[in-house]
Amino acid sequence: MEGWDPTTKSTLTQIPLLSVKAGPRDGAAWTQRSKEEYKALIAYTSMNKANDNDWFRISAANPEGTRWTGKCWYIHNLLKYEFDLQFDIPVTYPATAPELELPQLDGKTQKMYRGGKICLTVHFKPLWAKNCPRFGIAHALCLGLAPWLAAEIPVLVDSGMIKHKDDASSSIES
Amino acid sequence: MQSRVEHLSTTATSGPLQRSKIKDMSAEVVDSNPYSRLMALQRMGIVNNYERIREFSVAIVGIGGVGSVASEMLTRCGIGRLLLYDYDTVELANMNRLFFRPEQAGMTKTDAAVQTLSDINPDVVLESYTLNITTVQGFETFISSLRSKSFCPSKEGCGVDLVLSCVDNYEARMVVNQACNELNQTWMESGVSEDAVSGHIQLLIPGETACFACAPPLVVASGIDERTLKREGVCAASLPTTMGIVAGLLVQNTLKYLLKFGHVSPYLGYNALKDYFPTMEMKPNPQCSNSVCLERQKEYALAKPARDAAAKAKMEAEAPSEIECLHEDNEWNISVVDDTDLQGPDVGKSSGALPEGLVHELPSADEFQKTPGSEESANLVDDLEDLKRQLEAINAD
Ligand SMILES: [Zn+2]
Repeated sequence: MEGWDPTTKSTLTQIPLLSVKAGPRDGAAWTQRSKEEYKALIAYTSMNKANDNDWFRISAANPEGTRWTGKCWYIHNLLKYEFDLQFDIPVTYPATAPELELPQLDGKTQKMYRGGKICLTVHFKPLWAKNCPRFGIAHALCLGLAPWLAAEIPVLVDSGMIKHKDDASSSIES
Repeated sequence: MQSRVEHLSTTATSGPLQRSKIKDMSAEVVDSNPYSRLMALQRMGIVNNYERIREFSVAIVGIGGVGSVASEMLTRCGIGRLLLYDYDTVELANMNRLFFRPEQAGMTKTDAAVQTLSDINPDVVLESYTLNITTVQGFETFISSLRSKSFCPSKEGCGVDLVLSCVDNYEARMVVNQACNELNQTWMESGVSEDAVSGHIQLLIPGETACFACAPPLVVASGIDERTLKREGVCAASLPTTMGIVAGLLVQNTLKYLLKFGHVSPYLGYNALKDYFPTMEMKPNPQCSNSVCLERQKEYALAKPARDAAAKAKMEAEAPSEIECLHEDNEWNISVVDDTDLQGPDVGKSSGALPEGLVHELPSADEFQKTPGSEESANLVDDLEDLKRQLEAINAD
């Protein structure tokens, strides 16, 4: 795992691995895969909470579990910046990873493709390909979104591209 | 066909100078005939029957820097029908590439393309699909539109003659691969590297050549050390030149494939820094991770006797005397062996030695065994609804 920081690495190794190679068009096998996805997400979310590093909420937006929506946030200079998070499970999943979208940041950074899809590092896709089908949604968040937020949010805040909601609306809520 | 043209004319702005439709392609050299230079290919003996181009349907997936230019080339060539797929809109940031115009910013790429293409050549039947093929719903529409035989009901197989993948990411290519494997549809892949200085095109025939999942994708090495490549603050670079060249290579291969002239390249790379064009061929991988690919491979193997007989009959019909000659005095000492018999243990070795200048873009999936431990934990909770509730509980916390 060359090119990854030690925290990401150690977190990753603690997320349960998946074993069913099935995508959303695979019927019963997809149900099996979905169970594994939930187990991994439950374990990852619990672990983040236990380590005082809670940073996202995600849940299926349709009964088939092919569309997921939620929130993710990042603390910079003691302020919390929160964004909508959404993605579809591609028909070729898990051979290809879901493309994580932060629609509110669309057009605000070069490190993003059209539609608010985050631009992953050169290290993500090779690692995903190597570990198919063992990596799932939880792994994509840990390897894709967490490092992206850590790298991009400070830049976006410091350059004034995004403002804390207290600045914008002058509400007192943290 | 007529109804589709009419339907699409609503999205197309018909300028005052738009020419009327032409019923038959004429070879007459007058300045009002848009097809005279193309029909000249027939007169010169390069192409046997250029007019056949009007019978063909080509699907172009991804109407970006490569796909839009490819669609214009095919439109100017007088292709019968084009199906255009993209989910994106035209942005001013796309103006460093060819085809789209600034005043089209904000339009969907497919509708903007239809607008321009129908002005250039009203004879082409254009279908615009604004959708994301990687989602379950988008994929279903994609597959059914490729199946539809409204344009040429007598056509064998599905409703298109060729699919061109002009998308800019691995995920979408894998989806085109999935669709074409399922439909048993020949397709061509194209790609430009994120540093904009290399590209490639590839022919994929399900069961016969490697599919896109048979081996990790093959790309042209730019010769630049990844570590010295500065990626800070950018996703990808693009050049109209590299994209135009790759579109040209792709459509050239398409014309050769459809109109049956010249050599159709199975893989052609382009290294812009060195002006180097590596080529190669890839056999299907019998261990391909795509199960439909394996089915296609089986079918292809089963059809071998019929294929051999057809090839033999064709050879005899074309030049019976010359073949006899060859057997009598084989002065070049050519061994006449069916090259498919030479495969032997090398089948699927496509991931082995690569020609100079080509590299795999991604690693293969590691072999892995189910660990006994994972079975145990799987038995703790095994109801999907229970698991959903459990995650919601944690999320609500
Ligand atoms: Zn394959």
